[in-house]
Parts: sequence; structure tokens; C-alpha cells
Amino acid sequence: MIHEGMSRGRRALCLAGIALAATAGPALADWPEKAVTVIVPWSAGGGTDATARAVASELEEKFGQPFNVVNRTGGGGLVGHSAIAQAPADGYTLGVITIESTMFQAQGLPGVTPADYTYIGRFNADPIAINIAADAGYDDAEGLIETVRADPGAVAASGANRGGLSHLAWIGLLDKLDIDPAAATWVASDGSAPALQQLASGAIDVVSTSPAEAQSLVDAGEARTVALISSERSALYPDLPTTTEIFGTDWSPLPFRGLAAPKGVPEDIVGKVETALKEITEDPDFQAFMASRGFSVAYQDAATFEATVTSSSEGLAAAMTSAGLAQ
Amino acid sequence: MSPATLLESLGMVLQVQVLLAILGGAVYGLFIGALPGLTATMATALLVPLTFYMAPLPAIALIVSSTAMAITAGDIPGALLRIPGTPASAAYTEESYAMTRRGDAVRALSIGFFFSALGGLIGAGALLVTGPLLARVSLNFSSFEFFWLAVLGLLACALVSGSNPVKGGVSLVLGVLVSTVGLDITTGQPRFTFGSLELMGGVSFIPVMIGMFAFSEILRGLSAKDDTPRPGDGDGDRPADTRSQRPFQGIWGLFRRYPLSVLRGTSLGASLGALPGVGGDLAAWIAYGVSARFSKTPERFGKGHEEGLIEATSANNAGLSSAWIPALVFGIPGDAVTAIAVGVLYMKGVAPGPRLFAENPTMPTAIILCFFVANLLLFPLGYVAIRAARLVLAVPRNVIVPMILICCFLGSFAINNTLFGVAIMLVAGLAGYLMERNGFPIAPVILGLVLGPVLESNFIMSMQIARGDLAGFFDRPVSAVLGVFVIAVIALTILSRIRKALRPGRADRPDTSYIQ
Repeated sequence: MIHEGMSRGRRALCLAGIALAATAGPALADWPEKAVTVIVPWSAGGGTDATARAVASELEEKFGQPFNVVNRTGGGGLVGHSAIAQAPADGYTLGVITIESTMFQAQGLPGVTPADYTYIGRFNADPIAINIAADAGYDDAEGLIETVRADPGAVAASGANRGGLSHLAWIGLLDKLDIDPAAATWVASDGSAPALQQLASGAIDVVSTSPAEAQSLVDAGEARTVALISSERSALYPDLPTTTEIFGTDWSPLPFRGLAAPKGVPEDIVGKVETALKEITEDPDFQAFMASRGFSVAYQDAATFEATVTSSSEGLAAAMTSAGLAQ
Repeated sequence: MSPATLLESLGMVLQVQVLLAILGGAVYGLFIGALPGLTATMATALLVPLTFYMAPLPAIALIVSSTAMAITAGDIPGALLRIPGTPASAAYTEESYAMTRRGDAVRALSIGFFFSALGGLIGAGALLVTGPLLARVSLNFSSFEFFWLAVLGLLACALVSGSNPVKGGVSLVLGVLVSTVGLDITTGQPRFTFGSLELMGGVSFIPVMIGMFAFSEILRGLSAKDDTPRPGDGDGDRPADTRSQRPFQGIWGLFRRYPLSVLRGTSLGASLGALPGVGGDLAAWIAYGVSARFSKTPERFGKGHEEGLIEATSANNAGLSSAWIPALVFGIPGDAVTAIAVGVLYMKGVAPGPRLFAENPTMPTAIILCFFVANLLLFPLGYVAIRAARLVLAVPRNVIVPMILICCFLGSFAINNTLFGVAIMLVAGLAGYLMERNGFPIAPVILGLVLGPVLESNFIMSMQIARGDLAGFFDRPVSAVLGVFVIAVIALTILSRIRKALRPGRADRPDTSYIQ
């Protein structure tokens, strides 16, 4: 079975290669003529890594060359994001970038800014949700916010490092609700897993992370997802209300995952990958894979993706300034 | 766990494709693990694309068996070449390498494989019974409890630093200091990075481990006309493996001599392993420390004594399977390997969570049974590996040293695919060489490097929750008990030192028992 599966994959790859060689004219045949590296700024096994590997294996089938995923981790994504921007702009190094790439500059971290990339396309965007402990004294977002309003310091929230997106989503919401973000207690953690552990053990009250990551704890009756910090409902969780519906706020920080390359990559290469990415996101197999992990498929072409990144960068910088986090 | 579920799960595991996946994963894991510097995490990550084409259980079985095998096989380069495979195996690398230098390499490796397999089997057995319950208990641990456990782990340093605990303490603090390099997770501030982008990512313990243990050993071999036998000396007048034993010879006798060590190591490993994030790495260190404390012959530790090796290595593998429990029951992965496994499970439409146990209990049971089979495979594959390892010992020194050097470079490059890792390895090797020449043990550096971030992040998290009130560490019942225990250990240690200092006549006894 295993070997059968493997050889099926390899056969598909070969077929894709042959098909490409047969149909592609000489002008198209120049890229890719060797393996392409795809840098992922987050560790193997995480959500970004899983989606990046799925995209890379589909690109491999389409172009008939290996697309090798390389995890370059550290510094809250800074190391990998810089590595993408600083790679040679020959089209043989691409990368998967996440929303953190828009925040380093405002945090005063040198190395990379949104202007350092050639954008190729977005394939995923999922809103952040508010998750509370199942035995909290309130059972919806209004109750939670009332408690926070009474004493902002008493409600401990977590989900990422200080200044991480999870943090900004939470304090950005408080800011819009006229609660002093600086007074709220944020427990810096190394990602959502340790934060969820803290929530389940009763040490903290709120975790702002994607509903997919909290799903198991919600099923276990240990946690409850009460709202999405977003202006639009999610297709994957149609029953979850948004903070815009509940509070009438205008705050929708949307974490994204997309393909980018170093600045100055030839336009025809960008065009080819952009088209391929569009086809991948329309592929039912890919959509099924994404849905199985609780990730939505949200394609944007290169121009739209760049615009989204720019506006998100500005919004987040404003949120960081209001919370006193900007440098 | 009803017998019917067990039987049904057994039927699932005993299918050809599952067994093939376990065998394939084990052989693959053996290769990756035996290559110095390549880790179980790397082995698992490389398997992910392959799992796309497999059914759910074979896919998970592949990951389970390759991890179990890679972690156990990581002890091979540790024992032969002094390159520990995992931070956990750094706890007992000195011990097994000392045995190799004495000519007991086969025995050291046999202990590694046999007691890893035994620990793994007992651990998996315990999980079958207590799995979901253990998960429920582990969920009650917050940063307050993790902080105390990390302190307890640091105290184990006193026990692994041999005859000079003060120098051991210096090494430990050095490790903790190095672990503070990089972006601080609380505020995102760069610390000790000197503007270097690479340093912002922190200093990874793999290149440090390779450098401190393996590269420093090469430096020592080059610089000193040291006549102590070590691997590779076999080409001279004296065979490296004088006792030329068969693999697993005399191991049963060891088991009968130290049954308590196996039992303690396994239960420590199985319970600590279930704590997400800290358990796996801590278990072997604490087990080694506990073994030294309760041993009748603590003075023999660190010089190639079997007892600590047995206890630590069985704890290591027992913890391996229980690390999967919080991941399977609550979807909270404790380490990179289980994080990847959780991803694969989702991809296969098997969402981890309590519903998995309620609606489909055969699946988690089958996964634990895969651990069983994989650990059973450690016996025959271990036998082959040990036979092959003897060939390594027969390789002449002028051939093996360049090969170790290549492994050092490859392993430290592969960790993040940069030359920066190689530079770290070289610097760590030089530092390790200088430290050892001056009597500073190096194992505590690795302990400090691994536990430093655990200690810091859990301390900061706790302080943020308690709003700066130190009494918060005693607010929660479990945390209070752990805290009082840790403080008692420290206080008693200091008291006994003072007592000994006041009665100088009795202070000449070699003092290795630090946890009183």
C-alpha cells in the first residue's frame, strides 16, 4: 500500500514533468530548470509549515521540479522572513510569509519590511477568535468584556509573545471598546499551545487564537470559543458571531499566509507562480486538505495581496502605537 | 479500555501495511538517529510528504516508530563518539562514553537499546491503562508548576557534575546565560545579539551539544599525548573492544541487579513525559539525578557505571509515548514531533481531542500499540546496530576523526540550514575544550541551555498572571507542594554542607548526594 502510494505520487510527478516538457515552448522552459527552495519562517509541524508543504508539493507537480521546503526559524519569524527577502532574486528562492512580516518594522526590529518582497499571492487567511475557560463566570463575549471593563488587570489573556498578532488583536479590540490596552494583563507565551494549556489549568482567562487550534479543548468541555475578532463570519465556523456584530467595532486583524519572493524577481516568473497558486487554491484536493486542518482557502492575486499587506501593516502599526508597543 | 476495543485495535495494528510502516519507519529512524547531529524532529519532518499517500494508521505508525528508533539510536553516536543525539541523552553521554573508553562499548550500547525498549514497553503499557486520566492530570499544570519542575531539573545538575558541584554550577549558569541570547519572548527585545540577525534567533542547543561534546573531544585528541584508549585506537596494539562481547550479553543480570532503577526510571519518564513542553527533556536528567541519589555506590557515577545509564535511558523511552497523550486527548502538542503528528492526524481526518477517545477509541489505542510494536523492534534492530557499531570502533583513528568532523559540520549546518550553526558549533567546541581542561563539566551547560528558556518563560508568565506577586507561586495547591519540596531540597543541601563544614573530620567522603 505504502509503496503503491509512493509510486503513484512519483508517477504523477513524472507525468506532470512530461506534460510540461511537451507543452511548454522554449520561452517557458527557462524557469524552473532546477530545484526551487521555499523558505518557511516557522517550525516544522506548525500550521504555516503544513500549508507550505501542501502548496510546495502541488507546485512540484505543476512545474516538474522539486520545491524544497526549508524551515528557517527563530526570532518570532524574523530570521526566516529576512532570509526570504535577502535571497538572490533569481526565482529559485521563494518563501511563505505571514502577517508578522508587517510588524517587525513597527516593533523596531531591523532586517525586513513589507517593501522588501515581491508578492506572488495569498492562499490562506483565518480570523483570530476569543476563547475563554468553560468554567468562567460569564459565557459570552459581552460578559467577558464587562468583566474586563470592571478591572482590566484582573483578566489575564495570552496566545503569543507581547506584540505578537494574537496580542494586538486582543488589545486592539479593547482599544476600540475604550478600555485602556496598557492596563490589560497580557501573558507572553511561545505560541497558542502553551497558552491553551494555561487556560485549561485555570491560570488565565482568555486565549486569542484561531478557532481551529482551540477546537480540541472546546470539544473536551474545557474551553469555549465565544467570538471572532473580525468583521465577517468564517465559512468554516458559520455559527461564531463576530466582534463587529456584537460591539459594532471596526477591527478585523486577519492573519494571512502567502507566497512571496525577494524584491526584483523577474515578472514572468512571478506570473507563472501566481497562476499556479490560483489553480492550486481551486483544486478540490487542496481545499479538502485545508478544510481538514481547519484552515480556510482565501486566494488573492499578487496585486491584491500586496495591497492587503500594506493596509494590514498600517492598521497594526496604529494598534501598536496606541498600546505603547511601537518603537 | 474494554477488552473488545483492545482486540479490535490489535487487529488494526497487525495489518500488513501497518507493520510494514512500523518496520520501514524503524529502519529509517535507526539510520537518521545513528547519524550524529540529525534529530528525531528532522526525521519526522522529512516523513510528512510521504504520509500524504498513506492511510491514517500506517501514517502515524511510521512517525511513531521512526521517532522511537531515532531517539534510541541517538545513543549510538553518544556512546561511541561522544555526540549526544538529543538533549535528553546528553544526561548520560559521559557515562556511556566512559564505558566505551574502558572497552565496554558493546555493553553500553546493549544497555541503551535493552532498557530503552523495556522502558518504552512498560511506558506504553501504563498508558493503555491510564492514558486519558494522565492527560486530565497533566492539563492541571500551569506555568507555576512548570516553573518549579524546571528548578527541580536544574538541581539535577548538582548530581551530574560529578565530584565538583561548584564548577558544575558555574557550567550550568553559563548554559542558562547563553540561553538568554536572542529575542526575549515577553517584550520582543533583542538581547546580547550585537545587531546580528542570526543571533536574534537564539543559540540552538544542537550545535552547542555537538561542539561541546564531539568537537572538543577531537581538539583534546589532537592537543594531548593522552594515552587513554578511545574509539579508533583499535588499529594499534590494543583492540578497542577488549571484552568483545555479544550484543545484549549479561543484560538480564543487570536487570535483576537494578530492578528498582528500571521501575523508577520508567515511572518518572511516563509521568513527566505527559507534561507538554517540558517533560521529555527533563525526565532523563531527573532520573539520572535520582539514580545517583539513591545509589549504594554514588561515587561510581560518571565513570562508566551502569546504574544511572539504566535508569535514565528507560526514563527517556517511557516518556516518549506519554508525550503523545496530551496531544491526542487535548490537541496540545508537547514537542515538535507530536506537533507534526497532530498535523498529520488532522490531515487524515482524525482530529485529536476527547471526542477521538469517546467516538473512536480504537484509534488512540492502536497508536499506543504501535509504540509497543516499535519498541519490540528495538531488540532485533538494536542487535544488528550494535554489531555494526563494532565496525565503527575498528575504524583507524586517522579515518574516523575526519568523519566525526564532517558529521559535526553537517549536523550543525542542518539544524537551521545556515553556516551560523557551524560557527556556533566551533565556538562551543573551543569553549568545551577549555572548560574540560580546567575541570568544568560540560553536561550542565546543555542542561542550562535547554532549561533556561523553560525556566524564564514560565517564571515571566507566572509573574504576569500573579501581577508581580511572588506569593502566586504558592497559591495553587500543586504548585505550593512542588515549591515547598524544591525549597526543602535546597535548604537541606545547604544545611548538610554547613554541618559537614563544622565537622571537618567527616568531610573527606566524596560528596555526590545533593538532593537530600
